[in-house]
Amino acid sequence: MHGQRWSPSWIDFETPNAARVYDYYLGGSHNFEADRQMARRAVEIWPDLPKIMQANRAFLRRSVQYLAGEGFTRFLDIGSGIPTVGPVHEIAREVQPEARVVYVDRDPVAVAHSLAMLSDDPLSRVVHADLTDPEELLAQPDVAALLDGGAPVALLLVAVLHFVPDEAQPHRLVARLRDALPPGSALVLCHACREGRPDQVGPHQDIYARTRTPLTMRGCEEIAAFFDGFRLVDPGVVYLTQWRPDSPDAVGPAPERLAGLVGVGRLESEQAPP
Amino acid sequence: MNGPPAADAPRPSFPERWTRLLRAHGSALHPRKIDALGSRTADLVLSGRADQAAADLVNAHFTDPEMLVQAVELLRFTGFQDPDPVGAFAAGWATSLRERTLVQQESIRTAADTARHEVERALHASEARFQAVFEHAAIGIGVGSLDGEILAANRSLLEMFGARLDDLRGRRVTDLVHPEDTPEVWDSYEQLVAGERDNFQCDKPYYRQDGEVVWTHLTVSLIRDEDGRPRYQVAMMEDITDRYRLQERLHHQATHDPLTGLPNRAAFFERLEDLLATAPPGSRFGLCYVDLDRFKIVNDSLGHAAGDQLLIEVAGRLSGALVPQGHLVARLGGDEFVVLLERCRGEHDAVAAARTVLSALQEPIRIDGHQLAVGASVGVLERPVGTITPGAAVRAADLTLYRAKEAGGARWTLYDARTNAESVGRYTISVRMPLALERGEFFLEYQPLCALSDGSLAAVEALVRWRHPLLGVLGPDEFVPAAEETGIILPLGRWVLEQACAQAADWQRRFGPLAPQLNVNITARQARSKGLLADVGRILAETGLEPSLLQLELTESSALEPRDESLRVLQGVVDKGVTLCVDDFGTGWSNLAHLRDLPLTGLKLSSAFIGDPASQDAASGVSWRIVSGLVSLADSLGLTLTAEGVETPDTAERLRSLGCDWGQGWLFGRPAAPEALEALILARADKSVN
Repeated sequence: MHGQRWSPSWIDFETPNAARVYDYYLGGSHNFEADRQMARRAVEIWPDLPKIMQANRAFLRRSVQYLAGEGFTRFLDIGSGIPTVGPVHEIAREVQPEARVVYVDRDPVAVAHSLAMLSDDPLSRVVHADLTDPEELLAQPDVAALLDGGAPVALLLVAVLHFVPDEAQPHRLVARLRDALPPGSALVLCHACREGRPDQVGPHQDIYARTRTPLTMRGCEEIAAFFDGFRLVDPGVVYLTQWRPDSPDAVGPAPERLAGLVGVGRLESEQAPP
Repeated sequence: MNGPPAADAPRPSFPERWTRLLRAHGSALHPRKIDALGSRTADLVLSGRADQAAADLVNAHFTDPEMLVQAVELLRFTGFQDPDPVGAFAAGWATSLRERTLVQQESIRTAADTARHEVERALHASEARFQAVFEHAAIGIGVGSLDGEILAANRSLLEMFGARLDDLRGRRVTDLVHPEDTPEVWDSYEQLVAGERDNFQCDKPYYRQDGEVVWTHLTVSLIRDEDGRPRYQVAMMEDITDRYRLQERLHHQATHDPLTGLPNRAAFFERLEDLLATAPPGSRFGLCYVDLDRFKIVNDSLGHAAGDQLLIEVAGRLSGALVPQGHLVARLGGDEFVVLLERCRGEHDAVAAARTVLSALQEPIRIDGHQLAVGASVGVLERPVGTITPGAAVRAADLTLYRAKEAGGARWTLYDARTNAESVGRYTISVRMPLALERGEFFLEYQPLCALSDGSLAAVEALVRWRHPLLGVLGPDEFVPAAEETGIILPLGRWVLEQACAQAADWQRRFGPLAPQLNVNITARQARSKGLLADVGRILAETGLEPSLLQLELTESSALEPRDESLRVLQGVVDKGVTLCVDDFGTGWSNLAHLRDLPLTGLKLSSAFIGDPASQDAASGVSWRIVSGLVSLADSLGLTLTAEGVETPDTAERLRSLGCDWGQGWLFGRPAAPEALEALILARADKSVN
C-alpha cells in the first residue's frame, strides 16, 4: 500500500498558488485571477519581486550550466512549478544533450501543465509528489530510476524550501534526500533569507500566510545548515547575483536586497583518495 | 533632432544601442544569448521587419511594458525615414503578446482541467474503495440522519439483523428499542444527535427481523461537516450474542442454585446489598427467612434423592406464589429459603408474604407415592432501609426464625429487637462456635491497667474477640454468656489462656522486669472444672511464664456457692503462685463471704460506680461514697483496687485522691493488638527511673 494515495489532493482555483504567482512575477500568463490579485498586492508592497524572480531564474540557469559543465547528466528538480522561462532540461542540454530531468511538484495543475509541455520529450519526466513526504517521493518509479545506477544527480531545491514550514522539519527532509543521492551528487539551493530584507519579512509572509503555501523566510545560518554533509562549491552560500555571475558587473549594487541566499554543494565521490 | 548620425561622432550603432537596451532591461538569459537576440532583432528592424523583431522579443519573455516604451523611444530617436518601424514594432508587440497570453491562458486552463479530472477520478476511486470497505467490513455499519432515519446499512449489519436493506431503510433508529436497553443508551443517543457528544459505546440488544434477539457491542459516532456542524450518525456494531449468552449462563450459574434454579445465597446478598445501598431514604424492606420443619426426617427416611425432589417442589411453590408479587425468592442452602420484599409498605406486607409462604406449603407434597406434609417456620423482619446492615438483617431474620422453631414450627414470628438480643449469643454460639474455634476465628486483644499514681502500665487484661464471618467482630459480652451456658467455654477458655500466657511469656523474655502482669478472665464454669488446675499448670510450664505474672479474674456474678468445688480448684491455682481477683465487683448481689473465703489479691470495681466527678446529682454523690468505702475495704484487706471505665483525667484524679490503686478504661487505652502495648511497656523503664 506504500505510496497509495488514500484521498486525492484538492484543487481550489479560488486560492492563489505559489507556482502560478511566480509565473506572473516573471511576466507569464499561466495564472488565474486569484493568483494575479495576490501577486499585484505583493509587488505593491515589495516592488523588487519581479527582479528577484528573474535573478532566481538566472541563478538556476547558471547553476545548471555549471553542473552540466562538471559532467552532470541527471537532474531532479523538486518544486519545479510551471517551468516555462528557461526550463532545466533546455539549459542542461546546451552542454549535455542527453541530460535527463525529473520535474517534481505537489500542485496537480503544475504537474498537468508540465506533462503537457514535456509530452514529447523522451528524457524528461514529471512526477506528482510532495517534498514533505520524502519516502513517498523517493518511491516514485521515475525518481527511483533517476537515482538508480550510481551516476551523480543534481538535486535542485530552488525557491521551494521556504514553502516548507518548520513543523515539517525541512532539515530532516533534505538530509533524507541527501542520503538517497549517489556519491558525487550535488545540491542546488535557493532560499528566501530574513537578513537580506528584514523589513519585508513580516508583510511578505503575511501575504503568503493566506495561501496553501505559507512562506517561511529563514536566517543565513539555518539556510547554510541545509548543506550539512555537502562540500560547498565556491563561492559558498551567497546572495542570488553573487553566485558565479556571468560578468563582474552583473552582480549589481546591494545584492542582499534581492533577499535570496543560494549555494551549490557536492557530495564526496566514492573513489578513495590516492 | 533629425537626420542620419554624424560620421565623425563616435556614436554607437543602432544594433549596439538596441542590444544594450535589452541587456539593461534584465533577463534570466545568458548575456551571450541576449547579445545574439539583440543583433538578430536589430537586423530585423533594419530590414523593415520590426513586427517580427517585436514577436521574437515577446517570445524571449521580454514582455514588460516598460521595455516597449524604451524600444519605441530608441526607434524614434534613431530617425528611421522609410518605412518608419515604430508603428510596426508596437503593432507586432501587441499582436504577439495577445497571442502569447491567449496560448498561455489556454494551456493553464487545460492543465487545470486535466488536474481536476485526475482529482475527480482519484476521488471516484477513493469513494469506490470506501464503498468496498463499508460494504465488506466484518462489523455492521449503519448510517443515519440526525433525526434518526436509517439511510444505509452494510452487508454485515443486514446479516446481523436478518434483514434486507428495504426492511431497514427509512425506519427510525429510535424504533430499534429493546426492553433490556439501559436508560443510558438512549440518553447518550439524545446527546449525540444534539451534538453534545461525539460518540458513545454500549452493549445493546436488537430484535432481528425474525423476532430473535441479537446482542451487539455498539459504537455510535457523530459525523460533522467541515464547519463542525453535526450531519450524520454512524453506528458500528459487533455481534456479541454468543459471548453474551455465555456470560449470561456463567452469571446464572454463579448466582443460581443448580438444584432448584432459584437465585443462590450470593445473588440474594448481592441484591440485598444493592437494595440497601440504593433505595431512597425512608423506604422499607422485608425479609422472610424460611426453614422447612421436617426436612431432616424426609432426608433421613426417604433418602437424599427424595429430599432433593422435595426442595425442588418447595422452590417451585414458593416462587410460584411470591415472584408474581414482585418478591425475590432465593435458596440460602439446605432447606433454608428467603423471600426479599424490595418495596414494603409496613409490617403487614411482610407478614402477608410469610402467610403466603405457609399457605403455599400447606398442601402435602407428593413424592415417590408419599404424601409429605413438610410445613415451615418463617422469621419475618421488616425495617426501614438505612437502619440495618445486610448481614445484621439476615442474622435478625434467622434468629426470629429460630424463635418460630422453638415455639414448635409451622408458624411465622415477627422480629422483636429485645428477644432477638437475648437469643443472638446463644444461637450463634451453639451453631458456630466449635467450628469457629477450629477455624481460628477467635483472637485476643489486650487492654492496659495503669497505676493511678503516675499512669504507668501495671497490668494488661486479655480480651477475647470473635471475627464472625457474617456478623463482623463480636466482643466477649456477645458470646461468652452463651458459651458458658453450652459448655463451649471450656475449650475456648483453654485456648485463651494458652494464647495470653504465650504472649505474656514473650514479653517476659523480651522486657524482663518491665513485663506487665497478665489478667485473664475465668467464668464460673471454668472455675468449677477440674481441668483448670491442670491446664494452668501445663500452660505455665509450656510457656515459661512466671506464675506471679498471671492473674485470673473471676466474675462476681459467677455465683460461687459456699463450699463450691471451685474453691478448691482456685486454691490450687493460687498455690501455684498465680493470683486471683474479682471482676465487676459490685454488680451482683455481692456475697461478701467471697472476700473471706477466696484467696484474693485484688478487686475490680464495675464501671457502673464510676460517674462524672463534675456531676452534682444525688446518685452520683452516692456512687462516689461507695467507691470511697470500697477503697477503705480493699485497703484494710490488703487488696489492690482497680477502677474500670475510666474515661477522663478528672475521673482518674478523683479516684487517685480517694486512694484507688489502678485504673482501666479508654483514658489509658482501648483493647488493642499486643504490638500496640509495647510502647507502654517500654515507658515503664522511664517511670521506674523517676
